[in-house]
Amino acid sequence: MTFDVLVEVSLRPGIADPQGATVERSLPRLGFDEVHGVRMGKAVRFTIDAADEEAALRRVDELCRRFLTNPVLEDSTVTLEPSAQGARR
Amino acid sequence: MTARIGVVVFPGSNCEHDAVEALCALGGSAELLWHDEASLRGVDGVVLPGGFAHGDYLRTGAIARFSPVMEAVAELARAGGPVLGICNGFQILTEAGLLPGALQKNRGLKFLCATVELRVETTASALTSLTAAGDSLRVPINHFEGAYTCDPATLEELRAGDRVVLRYVDNPNGSLDDIAGICSPAGNVVGLMPHPERAWDRLLGSGDGAVLVRSFIAACAGERWPAPHPAAPAYPSLPASSGARPGP
Repeated sequence: MTFDVLVEVSLRPGIADPQGATVERSLPRLGFDEVHGVRMGKAVRFTIDAADEEAALRRVDELCRRFLTNPVLEDSTVTLEPSAQGARR
Repeated sequence: MTARIGVVVFPGSNCEHDAVEALCALGGSAELLWHDEASLRGVDGVVLPGGFAHGDYLRTGAIARFSPVMEAVAELARAGGPVLGICNGFQILTEAGLLPGALQKNRGLKFLCATVELRVETTASALTSLTAAGDSLRVPINHFEGAYTCDPATLEELRAGDRVVLRYVDNPNGSLDDIAGICSPAGNVVGLMPHPERAWDRLLGSGDGAVLVRSFIAACAGERWPAPHPAAPAYPSLPASSGARPGP
């Protein structure tokens, strides 16, 4: 099976996020006074071939741990669903 | 014996020639090593120079740590050989798990290019054996991601193990505990953000980096090897062969 994967990499709680802080500071000037807690991150999209969803998740978790995130600084959230393209094949 | 030192070139490295120049001018013998080679060609020590290895894509150092040469570098480090990471090289050492912690974007989000004052905190490292604790050195920095960070337990370990090698006198980038450079438990692996290889002669604006470069050459020659710290555990097992990363 083929799965579409979205990995969102975000800074861990407590890790300073100067980009997020700078964006947040600029928001009131645009009238967005009600926006708080801005945190910047990265999104990585790809497809993965695996026997089933559980196997795919296991591989993606390993990929996140070993490469896509630096565990000193970052966490990741994985969203995974059967690929529409894969189903057509 | 003249120390033979390998300076690793990654795609995107840009300080390798400065490093070779400084090492050779101060009594060492230096050669370039390509990152895609698995062998260190029998050198006594290794420098990972500054630059933007693999374009800093994903994260600084994240891709460089998978280069074939890094397994050999980790092996040398485990065997007690001197390994020095300067700037981007320091970032690569943390990504490879050869030094703890990580380098984040500077506080203030500015690329910093300036000569700063450093204080030597320990002489028990491959970079500082010829200095005296408390020495003040003027050395340039040149980085965007140079703010050292680690968890509180790691910071405690670094302090207790006398592993903070250099501190900024006037913290320019938001580094935790003013840290400019750290070392492994045995002192043979050292990483720092400032560039001693660009400050080895007064003609370059400062000659204060020379003592650091000389210390590293001496360590590679086996002349002034720092005694392991009494509290230093055996070098922790490293991820090079498995590719796994130790926890934060």
